[in-house]
Amino acid sequence: MGNLLLKMEGISKTFPGVKALSNVRFDLYEGEVHALLGENGAGKSTLMKILTGIYQKDEGTIEYLGEQIEVKDIREAQKLGISMIHQELNLAPHLTVAQNIFIGREPKGSLGLFLDEKKLNNEAQKLFDRLNINLNPRELVGNLTVAKQQMVEIAKALSFDSKVLIMDEPTAALTDAEIEALFVMIRKLRADGVGVIYISHRMEELQKITDRLSIMRDGTYVGTLNTKDATIDQIIGMMVGRKIDYNRKPAIKQSSKEVVLEVKNLNRGRAIKDVSFSLHKGEILGFAGLMGAGRTEVARAIFGADRLDSGEIFIKGQKVQIHSPEDAVNYGIGYLSEDRKQFGLMVDMDVKTNIVMASMKDFQRPLGWINAPKMKQQSEKMVQRLRIKTPSIKQTVKNLSGGNQQKVIIGKWLTRDTDIFIFDEPTRGIDIGAKDEIYRLLDELAQQGKSIMMISSELPEILRLSHRIIVMCEGRITGELENDRNATQESIMALATKRISS
Amino acid sequence: MEIQKTAELPAGKKMKKNKINSSLLQQILAFASLIVLFLFFSVASSNFYQFDNIVGILLSTAVTGILALGATMIIVTSGIDLSCGTVMTLSSVMAGVFTIQHGFPIWLGILGGVLTGAVAGLLSGLAIAKMKIPPFIATLAMMMVAKGLSLVITNASPIYFSPKPGFQKMAMGTLIPGIPNAVLIFFVMAIIASLILSKTILGRYTFALGSNEEATRLSGVNVNKWKIMIYMLAGVFTGIAGIVMASRLDSAQPALGEGYELQAIAAVVIGGTSLSGGTGTILGTVIGALIMSVLTNGLQILSVPDQWQTVVVGIVIILAVYSDTLRNKKSR
Repeated sequence: MGNLLLKMEGISKTFPGVKALSNVRFDLYEGEVHALLGENGAGKSTLMKILTGIYQKDEGTIEYLGEQIEVKDIREAQKLGISMIHQELNLAPHLTVAQNIFIGREPKGSLGLFLDEKKLNNEAQKLFDRLNINLNPRELVGNLTVAKQQMVEIAKALSFDSKVLIMDEPTAALTDAEIEALFVMIRKLRADGVGVIYISHRMEELQKITDRLSIMRDGTYVGTLNTKDATIDQIIGMMVGRKIDYNRKPAIKQSSKEVVLEVKNLNRGRAIKDVSFSLHKGEILGFAGLMGAGRTEVARAIFGADRLDSGEIFIKGQKVQIHSPEDAVNYGIGYLSEDRKQFGLMVDMDVKTNIVMASMKDFQRPLGWINAPKMKQQSEKMVQRLRIKTPSIKQTVKNLSGGNQQKVIIGKWLTRDTDIFIFDEPTRGIDIGAKDEIYRLLDELAQQGKSIMMISSELPEILRLSHRIIVMCEGRITGELENDRNATQESIMALATKRISS
Repeated sequence: MEIQKTAELPAGKKMKKNKINSSLLQQILAFASLIVLFLFFSVASSNFYQFDNIVGILLSTAVTGILALGATMIIVTSGIDLSCGTVMTLSSVMAGVFTIQHGFPIWLGILGGVLTGAVAGLLSGLAIAKMKIPPFIATLAMMMVAKGLSLVITNASPIYFSPKPGFQKMAMGTLIPGIPNAVLIFFVMAIIASLILSKTILGRYTFALGSNEEATRLSGVNVNKWKIMIYMLAGVFTGIAGIVMASRLDSAQPALGEGYELQAIAAVVIGGTSLSGGTGTILGTVIGALIMSVLTNGLQILSVPDQWQTVVVGIVIILAVYSDTLRNKKSR
């Protein structure tokens, strides 16, 4: 490792209502591969976005090559030599490799009017020779494998003479062989003095390629370890912390052994791999895992929103075919999606319409006429029962708070009399006070005999509510636990990071 | 009161920071614009404010007005229908085929015409819902198919309804003295359309689809089925417009029709319905259609050359949609 390349100190960032980063520090040396770890929401992305100019820090200093800098925007970060390769690659599939790399900096011909395509391709080839990458400048990016597309992004970043390269989950979509190829490239970069910030949770990889590990939790900096001295337990312990779990649900044996929903060997490409589980009546089954683990994919597949390649679904013992959400709803399943506003609500319509949206058939009079009084009655009943704070049932849903919007969606499925609820991140974007109300509602629903599949990235939430916990990682179920003394944040996190080589 | 050139919305209507429900606001704007235009032309020419002239305005609104009713529903789902003009003509042609060429009674001819519209709507709807073809393309294709079919079926010559005198009486007879039936038909259809949109499940789903189609699908609603039904319903309105037009002209003119769809869309847009879907009112559309007729008629009376009339309408459309954009920007 060479000189100190980057030193971030005292970094804080607040968004309306949320303190995303609090007094965070991070440093990076030349020729170092430094991993950045943390649960979902720990603040890794936010920190990196500040470094690359996408966000502006509220407090703190950034020292780069010995000088204090302010990174005003992405262009400036690029000029300084700080580049980021995002998880979702920022490439235009219809343009060629060379066109993508030099986008915004295209060499122009002698008149300054037209683009010099020949020079563009030559420059790209020169870059590839220098970096020892095997790419064809004229190939359309859309035709490349993900691994090669990543190479294009790396080449693009390095074409800015980057000294700091941030890689966000670079191996998520790669096979083992491709990962090895990537590591060869990273080692070369290291030898050239480039500093790499490596964001990932794959413990075996971290051990292979990184020099140091920094861990963040809940927007704060926890600590830094030397990779060769660190153990997985140690890392996980720092990621989840030794919080006392108050509000921990005592292990309640579910009152019913009756299996309400059973899935066997669900498969969909790389997203869902051989998933099987059962859901009992009156049970809250928590689904834990990191982002990209495949939980939402499983939920959507069961709900008929996405197709399955193979697998069987049984409802109350009977095998069913679910080809669309309509089928799922008819079988008594309701889905509360991760993104309420995009998938769960008609935000421009009023409370009463949203509440009855899944049950219109019941509010019909002959000739398709709407039974307005019945609709009004039902909506008011739901508003009362769920304690939805709204001036009236005619209020546009857009104007309600996140927690109340969520209640409207719950009301929608209660109106439809669903037995099986799939909650995907039930308290996302909801403030602390409302969270507790939603938790109580979930408990109530379970006590009333409804069965709940609850996906959550918040471990305390999982532990607070679940009877049993299923942990997924990269499309597979890696563990199934009773919510008893053995289910701790650490044990869940260990399962959530347990990869199986492909 | 200073009378300005009608192409600009009068100063008082400039967008202020308003807390009024924005759809209501646009309706008020549209209605106020209509009144202002009306007053302007009444003052500008004594020939304008005459019973016969006003009846003439209403009559000339009837056909595009009925088309615009169906178009409103489709636009609320954030779709578009480019075929309503030529399908209207095809409907009038089919009515002619049934009534004149085959000698069926008039009511059967009407049924045939309306069904033609419904079938066209069904086909467009299927293409859009099942084949996932964008509405613009699907209805563009239907527009061309209908245009060709009209010419093929009639061998490019008009079908005259003179053998059946009752046919013309439908639109041009006067149940209410002095007012042609076509006007009544338009207003009755408008009331029906308004009731459908606001009081039936079909209407509710129309708004839901335009507001958030995916959320509607994820609520277990069979989105494809309802989309097809909405396009079919719009097709029924198109068919009726075709009958009214044929009755007015006492003939089915196979070469007519193209261009009416743009007028219908213009009426919808001027009336405050957003092309991005999710909101809209029939009342707005009716006002929009009337604004266009009043403009065209008034300019004509003022001896403004015909060509300038479309220029003015074009400018009005831009202003109407711009105020819609401003409204949307503020509420996001």
